[in-house]
Amino acid sequence: MDDLNLTILFAGVVAGAAPIVLAALGETITEKAGIINLSLDGTILLSAMVAFVVAFQTKNILMGFVSAAVVGAFVAAIVAFFSIYLQQSQLAVGFVLTLMTRDLAYFLGNNYSRLQGPQVVPQPIPLLKNIPFIGQVFFEHNLPVYFSLAMIAFCWWYVYRTPLGLQLRSVGEHPGASYARGINPRKLQMFYSVCGGLLVGLAGATFSLSVKPGWGRPQGAEGTGWIALALVIFGGWNPIKAAMGAYLFSFLQVIGIYCQEWLPSIPAQVFQVAPFPLMIFTLLAMSLAQKESVIIWAKDKARIKSILAFLSGTVPTSLGKPYQPE
Amino acid sequence: MGIIFRYLFEGMLTLLAVFFFTTVILLMAGAPPFVAYYHIFKGALGSWIKFAHVIKVWIPLTLCASGLLYTFRINLWNIGVEGQVMMGAVLTTAILRLGVAKNMPIFFVGLSFIAGVTGGAIWALIAGYLKTKGGVHEIFAGLGLNFVAQGIILWLIFGPWRRPGVASMSGTEQFPHELWLPALPALRLSPVGLGFALTALVITALILRHTHMGLSLKAIGNNQDAAYLFGLKPDRYMIIAMIFAGGFAGLAGSVQVTGVYHRLLPAISSNYGYLALLVVMLANYNIWITPAVAFFFACLNVGSIQLPMMLEIDSSLSGVVQGSLVLATLAVYAWRFRPSGVGE
Repeated sequence: MDDLNLTILFAGVVAGAAPIVLAALGETITEKAGIINLSLDGTILLSAMVAFVVAFQTKNILMGFVSAAVVGAFVAAIVAFFSIYLQQSQLAVGFVLTLMTRDLAYFLGNNYSRLQGPQVVPQPIPLLKNIPFIGQVFFEHNLPVYFSLAMIAFCWWYVYRTPLGLQLRSVGEHPGASYARGINPRKLQMFYSVCGGLLVGLAGATFSLSVKPGWGRPQGAEGTGWIALALVIFGGWNPIKAAMGAYLFSFLQVIGIYCQEWLPSIPAQVFQVAPFPLMIFTLLAMSLAQKESVIIWAKDKARIKSILAFLSGTVPTSLGKPYQPE
Repeated sequence: MGIIFRYLFEGMLTLLAVFFFTTVILLMAGAPPFVAYYHIFKGALGSWIKFAHVIKVWIPLTLCASGLLYTFRINLWNIGVEGQVMMGAVLTTAILRLGVAKNMPIFFVGLSFIAGVTGGAIWALIAGYLKTKGGVHEIFAGLGLNFVAQGIILWLIFGPWRRPGVASMSGTEQFPHELWLPALPALRLSPVGLGFALTALVITALILRHTHMGLSLKAIGNNQDAAYLFGLKPDRYMIIAMIFAGGFAGLAGSVQVTGVYHRLLPAISSNYGYLALLVVMLANYNIWITPAVAFFFACLNVGSIQLPMMLEIDSSLSGVVQGSLVLATLAVYAWRFRPSGVGE
């Protein structure tokens, strides 16, 4: 690669980020309602496998996406059920399911490894694609990518601009108070866990039918679920900021490919882990940004203050503590 | 008597549920279930060699699980145990490389164990300080560090420690025999590793049950605020628990390098850290049940190695069985401790 074509680079970032955006949005919705679904990494793999197998067998890509969404919703429902109705640790159940769904995916998908299967076809949007630069970056993709872009706006609008979104947030902040207002927190938490799971399932399908087409061990989606979980925190439980994080991560991945060509002596795997220390630094910075001493120190430093303001996200108060009716 | 009968009944119910689930999964994959179970059993306990192989898996699992008992006791989710195994293996390899072609193999092997413990403990300390000083949740700190450790291993294997000529995923150059842990010749099983695992169990039991520190960990784990008011410093005990967990995990990494593989490979930790988390959960955080569960999990892991060859199905079946066992057990616990009298 002699010269870097920026248009192709950014178009690649947008396409590659699509599944990560979907997973991060799904988890944001779930966590807004107060439930942590730690099973993302395995769920994405299992739904990717199911999407590929179903699309391969039925020759119908839509069926692949639908079944993947069902798988994602089902796993999320298990986590939510164990936590809300059985009072078990969400982290424990989520972690067990991460490992189990991954192994289940490898086990059941074994016969479908390295097969040539159906793929989502690109569908450039007429007119919009002719806008210089922006057209090529955003509007020469396939439907899952457009869907991921639309979902960013939809999730933000739903959470912050609708009465239902207010209910969703209230359940994650103060389920007792929402109960007093006539809302059933358990039902809503269950519902939004399933909604989040649907999006996570679609993320898996986007991997195996578009971004990294096919199935195998490894598939290539390994680790994405953990990234998505970190992005939710990175985004301060705000759908738009979480999606921004997904694009940043995708950018780092694409840059990693270029870096590998510039520095061939370093193996690709090293660049693939680069985002993880960055994740830790971000979480550290976010946590420090909330500290009083840091806030006082940054009081008259305009630039640092704006960085801190960007990093300050507030945790849904009842995150991880399911509501117990009295 | 009633309680024992009830526990037995619940245990049978759990096993039956998992057995049913696994059978369905096997049928879905198009494999004859009972043939598969037979191969797993024979593959794990069919001969002394295979039994020795199971013990070789049991050793790192038990070491990691012992360490995790400290962190679970204080309510920390030390998911970084996987990376702690890896860093233990890395520092062990570093010392052994110094020992090649020197005259004191025993000295270097001994030193390499200390290095392994240190490596794991340092990696755990980073996660611990990120938690206590930086406010970063231990799950994300630990996971991030796991990936970093994996990156370090790959970089070493393909970079500074690559085999002359061919750098590949098969790892670094094998160490000369004098730097291997002494092993029983017929079984290729190192009694030293076994000794480490048993010692770790005993030490952990003593510390957790019979020392002030064990009690403090439990107090903080149960109610951090109350323990703080009582004069216990949660941060300090979290760091101590992390050091123990990391140290034992690092030792597991050492044993993998000196006693099993005799070199550093990308998959040196073999997911035993993550698996140990499941072991401890299934044992319900009880130290004496832990080694039994670890043994059962090791049998599943070793037994399923046969499956791809015999039945052309993936060996990840063991993970499915292990995961569903933990889930079913959690469900049964929930049923046992269901709030009584709450009508819905």
